[in-house]
Amino acid sequence: MSDSHHEIEAHTDALLPDPGLPEHHWRPTDVDPAAERRAERQVATLFGLSILCTVLFVVFYVTLRTGIQGQKFLGLGASNVALGLTLGGAFLFIGVGVIQWARKLMADVELVEERHPASSSEEDRSATLAALQAGLEESGIGRRPLIRNTLLMSMGVLVAPAVVMLRDLGPLPGDKLKHTVWAKNMRVVRDVVGTPIRPSDLEIGDLVNAEPEIIFGTDKGQNLPAGEVLEGADLQVAKAKAATVLLRMDPDDIVSQVTRNWSVDGIVAYSKICTHVGCPISLNERTTHHLLCPCHQSTFDLADSGKVLFGPAGRHLPQLPLGVDDEGYLVALSDYPEPVGPSFWERDTKSPAEVADEWSKETGK
Amino acid sequence: MVRLLNRSVGRLSRHRRGPLAGLVLLLLGLALSGGLYAAVSPSSAETAQDQAAMAAKGRQLFLVSCAFCHGQNGEGLTSRDGKLIGPSLAGVGAASVDFQVGTGRMPMVQPGVQVQKKKNIFSQTEIDELAAYVASLAPGPAIPSKADYSTDGMTDAEKQEAIVRGGQIFLTNCTACHNFTGEGGAMPRGGYAPKLLDTNPKYIYEAMLTGPQSMDSFSNGNISPEEKKDVIAYIESMRKQPGYGGFGLGNLGPVSEGLFAWIVGLGVLVGFAVWIAAHTTRTSKSKLTKKGTAQ
Repeated sequence: MSDSHHEIEAHTDALLPDPGLPEHHWRPTDVDPAAERRAERQVATLFGLSILCTVLFVVFYVTLRTGIQGQKFLGLGASNVALGLTLGGAFLFIGVGVIQWARKLMADVELVEERHPASSSEEDRSATLAALQAGLEESGIGRRPLIRNTLLMSMGVLVAPAVVMLRDLGPLPGDKLKHTVWAKNMRVVRDVVGTPIRPSDLEIGDLVNAEPEIIFGTDKGQNLPAGEVLEGADLQVAKAKAATVLLRMDPDDIVSQVTRNWSVDGIVAYSKICTHVGCPISLNERTTHHLLCPCHQSTFDLADSGKVLFGPAGRHLPQLPLGVDDEGYLVALSDYPEPVGPSFWERDTKSPAEVADEWSKETGK
Repeated sequence: MVRLLNRSVGRLSRHRRGPLAGLVLLLLGLALSGGLYAAVSPSSAETAQDQAAMAAKGRQLFLVSCAFCHGQNGEGLTSRDGKLIGPSLAGVGAASVDFQVGTGRMPMVQPGVQVQKKKNIFSQTEIDELAAYVASLAPGPAIPSKADYSTDGMTDAEKQEAIVRGGQIFLTNCTACHNFTGEGGAMPRGGYAPKLLDTNPKYIYEAMLTGPQSMDSFSNGNISPEEKKDVIAYIESMRKQPGYGGFGLGNLGPVSEGLFAWIVGLGVLVGFAVWIAAHTTRTSKSKLTKKGTAQ
């Protein structure tokens, strides 16, 4: 098929001589001096508009206020609109002007570029191969195995620096992934304000975004000694891992025995960190007790041990065992009985009942 | 008792008053404070009567507009196969009625995932009467007063503080569903959390207090009344803030913004490319050289 195609082409090439370029038609600006001057003025006007925009940019930059008391334009911040439009215009008019210049006034000639085959000539290729072969023979790599082997070894050993430098990614996390700052008898406090919570504060249907008391630097309402207060990056890490959603539901709504055992008067607490990739979740539906993760729509049933109802999450949401201290405030009975957040290599997947069994053995409750 | 009072009060004024003066003074004091209390605070007997009258009127409205789903006595109705038609209204309180009816959510047009907002057809007096009736079923949160939710009385500095505090509370508790600027967002099964920027502060307060539809409630033991006011101050500041990010396009994120960028943004670029590559106008005239001969 392709051979016959080439044949036909060869025939037609022979039959039809190169027709050359068609007759050149000039642009109005090439033949009419008035049109040329008009085009010149157009281009100059476009560049002039660009200058005007730049000047206006500076004027607006100085005169318009930003912030909450800034001027408005169509409900938008007038400053941003003005600066964006003028600076955008300044660049746009230069661009449009240059294109108009090229289209109307710059040289108007047809250019012909001949195509050549992409491969090198036969002589160049054989000369190169011969040079490479000569180099190989002169080096004597085939005749000197000592040199060849030491070279290969030296290159093999070069992997070591890469391996050594990987150490800098460490140290290994140890058991950090398995624990949060929650501890036995640590009070559950409201996030932001840091106040402790009594069960009677909450009505059925209430949801509290909670944190452990240590995040706010107190223990049973007393300020912690300076050395034990979490600060800086440690504080942020601890806060992110320990984030908890607390909600009160009708105790009759609770489905699983584990959830009931770890609740106080229908108040249950779960990790706020999605077990899929760790987004913070608190989109709770009061009527169904379904907690939805906004990132990938994993849905957990808070009435039933945080069971996954929908979405990509592989594990149920860890539940925090709750109790009440001597002063009547809500406290954690322990740290989360299982690691919070997304899965990791060494992580086992256990059912809520298995987790609860192990927890009872450990704590004796 | 009288002797005791005589001794303690009388001792001070033994020289001028008789032995019963202490008792008289005490009775006078009691009468005065009682009278003042009666004058200043609304008479409980009268209010109770008013409330009863309002509740009675409210019941008439209730039977016409609400009883079909919520039952003749607000006890709630379920269908034979156990589906909830209308929940019990015992304990939802006047605040809940004021929110649901005032924003036009109730009476509901049709059941569904999302209770639609629509034009409210009741006057405020009628809403108050309905609220009085529902509040008489069981105790629940009352309609907040203007002092509870209005930020009008605050000085600029106070307001600034409230906005900062309210912002933190909002970003922790409300942002998950309502978006961090209060623009609202999607919820499961086709529902959505409504936009808060056009909502009357009273209704924002009542919504936090009562948790309408599938929203969690944030009762006063959860978020204190002061903190609720801070949240309202934050939402109001979001409303007043000029849109520095340009047109929000619903502030729904990549869907609407991406659509705009692909269609309008890319469209304009394609237009420019077409213009750049297009042929310019050509003429049939030939170019004249200096000597005047055609080239």
